[in-house]
Amino acid sequence: MSNLFSKIFSVPKVLVDVESSAGQGNFNEVGEKITSQVKKLFNGSLAIRSVTAGSTNACEQELVALGNAYYDVERFGVHFVASPRHADMHIVSGPVSRNMREALVRTYEATPTPKIIVALGDDAIDGGIFKGSYATLDGVDKVIPVNYQIPGDPPSPQKILEALLAILNDLQLKNKTSK
Amino acid sequence: MYSFIPWLLQLLFIPAFAPLCIGLTRKIKAKFQNRQGASIWQPYLDLWKLFHKDEIISEDASWVFRFAPYLVFGVTLAIGASLPLLSTLTRLPTGDFLGIVYLIALGTFFLALSGVDTGGGFGGFGGSREMLVSSLTEGGLILSLFTLALIAKSTNLFSISAVMLAVPSFAIIPAVLAFISFCISMLAESSRYPFDNPATHLELTMIHEAMILEYSGKRLALMEWAAANKYLIFISLAVNLFYPAGLATTLGLGSLLIAFGALTIKVAVLCAGVATLESSIAKLRIFRLPDLLFTSFIISLIAISIIA
Amino acid sequence: MLSFLNSSGVILIILSLFSIGAVGALILQKNNNLANWWGNGFAIIGSLVSGLFAANILASSQTLAYKISTSFPGLGLSFNIDRLSAFFILIISLITFVCSVYALGYVKHYYRKYNIGTLGFFYNTFIAGLLLVVMASNALFFLIAWEIMSLTSYFLVVYENINEQNVKAGTLYFIMTHVGTAFIILAFFLLYNTTGSLEFEAMKNGASALSPLLKNIIFVCALIGFGTKAGIIPLHIWLPSAHPAAPSHVSAIMSGVMIKTGIYMFIRMFFDILPNAPLWWGICILIVGSVSSLLGVLYALAEHDLKKLLAYHSIENIGIILLGLGSSLVFLSAGLKTFAMIGLIAALFHTLNHAIFKALLFLGAGSIISQTHTRNIEEYGGLIKLMPATALFFLVGSMAISALPPLNGFFSEWLTFQSLFSGATSFGTLTKLVFVLSAGALAFTGGLAAACFVKAFGVTFLARPRSDEAKHAKESDLSLQIGMGVLAALTLVIGVSAGNVSNMLSGVAGSVHGLAGSEIINIANSNTVHVNNEFAVLSMPALLAILLAALLITYILVKILSGKQKITVGRTWDCGTDLTPRMEITATGFSRSIITVFKNVLKPTRQNEIEYDDANLRYFPKSNSIHLELHDVYQSFFYKPLKNLLIKISDQMRKIQSGNMNAYILYIFIALMGLLLIVAK
Repeated sequence: MSNLFSKIFSVPKVLVDVESSAGQGNFNEVGEKITSQVKKLFNGSLAIRSVTAGSTNACEQELVALGNAYYDVERFGVHFVASPRHADMHIVSGPVSRNMREALVRTYEATPTPKIIVALGDDAIDGGIFKGSYATLDGVDKVIPVNYQIPGDPPSPQKILEALLAILNDLQLKNKTSK
Repeated sequence: MYSFIPWLLQLLFIPAFAPLCIGLTRKIKAKFQNRQGASIWQPYLDLWKLFHKDEIISEDASWVFRFAPYLVFGVTLAIGASLPLLSTLTRLPTGDFLGIVYLIALGTFFLALSGVDTGGGFGGFGGSREMLVSSLTEGGLILSLFTLALIAKSTNLFSISAVMLAVPSFAIIPAVLAFISFCISMLAESSRYPFDNPATHLELTMIHEAMILEYSGKRLALMEWAAANKYLIFISLAVNLFYPAGLATTLGLGSLLIAFGALTIKVAVLCAGVATLESSIAKLRIFRLPDLLFTSFIISLIAISIIA
Repeated sequence: MLSFLNSSGVILIILSLFSIGAVGALILQKNNNLANWWGNGFAIIGSLVSGLFAANILASSQTLAYKISTSFPGLGLSFNIDRLSAFFILIISLITFVCSVYALGYVKHYYRKYNIGTLGFFYNTFIAGLLLVVMASNALFFLIAWEIMSLTSYFLVVYENINEQNVKAGTLYFIMTHVGTAFIILAFFLLYNTTGSLEFEAMKNGASALSPLLKNIIFVCALIGFGTKAGIIPLHIWLPSAHPAAPSHVSAIMSGVMIKTGIYMFIRMFFDILPNAPLWWGICILIVGSVSSLLGVLYALAEHDLKKLLAYHSIENIGIILLGLGSSLVFLSAGLKTFAMIGLIAALFHTLNHAIFKALLFLGAGSIISQTHTRNIEEYGGLIKLMPATALFFLVGSMAISALPPLNGFFSEWLTFQSLFSGATSFGTLTKLVFVLSAGALAFTGGLAAACFVKAFGVTFLARPRSDEAKHAKESDLSLQIGMGVLAALTLVIGVSAGNVSNMLSGVAGSVHGLAGSEIINIANSNTVHVNNEFAVLSMPALLAILLAALLITYILVKILSGKQKITVGRTWDCGTDLTPRMEITATGFSRSIITVFKNVLKPTRQNEIEYDDANLRYFPKSNSIHLELHDVYQSFFYKPLKNLLIKISDQMRKIQSGNMNAYILYIFIALMGLLLIVAK
């Protein structure tokens, strides 16, 4: 019992160390450049909502793992929210099936500006293994404007976390010229 | 009779420190889950960011939706200014406990209306559940505070805390029973376990969160801040009415500082208690909640009958 | 002018104003507009004059007594207007004034469908009857006025007689009110028997000669008789059908004022005429009050007929008034006159407040119903955009009835709580338990009433329209808005000046016989109300000031913290699907959870009807309908057995009328023999 309560003060260290490898986060920046105002805004707190647009759920499993005690994305000020109105960043996965097209557009429109769209996984970037199928639209950027892409099929939680941190770093840079 | 500076301090105290309490509770819960968790100052950063985001308001919403966050937040400010936080002397004419309870009801009324206003399914049933819980909580809340009023022979919160500084011996057991009943009401009104999970994503299990799903930007910030304020209001009522050791009885700077320190420690202990509770039990099914609320009512009833 | 108001001639003027209004409306019935303006106009003037008259009496603290003797034995047209009567006359005048202004525009919806002349006739006579009831000081005269009031309100209830439901409601109302009248007659008869006079003054003086048994019987008869009019549970069954059936401005008067005449007579009988009330009277009224308030609000939660919902709330608020009355009676029986004053002031204050906000709500409901042609809440929605003024006034009424600060409902509930709390501190175990349980009942009632009005206001006005009728509603006319606006403003004004009103009411309460001798306590000075030796202190203006200050600080804080953010108007977040009106919360759904919690009390029933494509296979349903209702416990456990018993007894009695001539001759013979024996003794 006292073991339980002593945890309030000290937690056994199981966390993965990502700060050192944050600079190696692999992501692509596409679409319009985010303005510097947005960059300062999400410095300490980022609300993420994950949208599955006809995905295989492999990316979701990896994304959900970000919340566990091992990766613990909350310590960076990032938390997951339930409603697009509360969200700053949407992480979209899946090649956007036809049925989810309207829903994805409405989600995008329901999010207040400034917002960031991240396409997670190869499926979301260009259709991945489903490219060319009659049932999918081959990538999120065919439906809504995407700002960042994280490649991988699916990317491991370590890779997602590194990419996320690198995106946050990118957002904090103040001297980025806009198009 | 009230002097200006402590009153101003009290007005700003609750909104200033409420996000810290929420952050502390979340941090302790995270530690129980073997995680690091966000820092205890995270809610401040969240609020700051929300104040600087744009808003999207539904086309079906009316002025009730736009006005409600201001009213809900204003109500928590008004209540916060009327509590015995630092001293027993800065009494305001609104320090009557029935006034506090019905001001809370005013906030809840507009919160539920704002949930119904947008015409989405979630806000509607969120409002329905919120009214179920809050209407049944009022009985236990009023009776537990009335127990204290009977002990202190006054319904003014400041007088109650002044009397409870030196608890008369006949009043110990009734005060403990009233404390248990008050804690159940506190958990209900601040939407904590076992009534509601403040961190859930499952809309079908939400009570408070469901009503604010449509809010964004600065109005969302006001609503979340108001919820944090309500949490701190109930915690400070619980600590300063039932165990007011450390409350300043004079208005000197030294005693006020001691009172501030004592309040901080007591609030931290109770936040840790709530966090421990939330990490140990599961949320109750909604039709079990009225049983819990009626239990709180009956415990207060027993407390009142024991008083000589 | 003022001295003229003091004289008894004013009473005749008021009555003649209403009579001219009534008869004139009937004569002018061919011309709709003229009948409307004549009838309502005279009602307005009459209520203005009576209001000024009552205010004058209250301000000058005098009693006006006036008597016209008639040759009919026992019947003297005696008027006795002390401050209690004047207070009730003030309430009646206020509500009828506002409702008559409202009616000027509202009655236009009845043109070409119904006879406006008869409406004007019955309306004016109804108001005259109401005024006579609170002015009468002779039992027979009182009963005549009571009958006038009941009969004219019956005709008003069945006014829209095309609807079968209204006629049935009228019949039920007619029967129940006469059952009540029978008990009242019994009570007065017992009083007459002991005191030998039908005048209230004489009854007051001679009532000390009553034996305790007789006093208790009179109490029970008066409780049942006047309680039927007031609408206590279980005598309330006429209220939820009759009040919705009447035209809305009449419903407002019936709900706001007519049921208060029952309360007026409670005060008259138990505080004024009958001295030395024993303890169990007050406890009985407390229990009746708690039960009425809790059950009233629970039934209101289950209703989705807007006017029926408001009618059940009237039952709830009568329960709250009875809580104040009951605690006052208990204190009176214990000799604690100061506490008794608090209870009586609370009851009187809540009477005034309920009249105001219930009339406001009924007038609002009338506006909505006349635009959407349905009373079913499930077909409203989104009306706040089409009827903004009505929505605002209805919101103020909802906040007032849910006892939210800083409006008037909060203060009268606060005062009722204080009188119940004083009871819990002053008595021993059993009485204390009753007081604490009543306080608990009041606490639950307040919360459940707020829940009910979130449902009523939210489903009616907010979100999207649920039917075509609701899509095409228009804002109400100016006279309707003026009527509602005046009442809404009054809720705020009376709420903020609650201290001054309490002082006025302590004068009224001190004028009753049972409380005479206790000095008129000034419970408020400079707007702060002190109760019971500083046990509780409240200042309503300070509450309003703090709320406004907090709102201002919030606004400034938001301006400082947020920069220049845009607000976009977009679609409600619908999870990517299309939002239909069926997706909004319905009134049934809103209150279903609370009904399920109280299912042992409310006994909800559910009926399923499924029609299958193939009756043998029963795989694919063609249509499925679910019917949700509440089991009517009063009919099945109370009234039906009573009715069956009555019919059984009547059946037995019928055997006397056998139709056989020989039997009748035998009866005459037996009667003759009996008489001879008695006379010979």
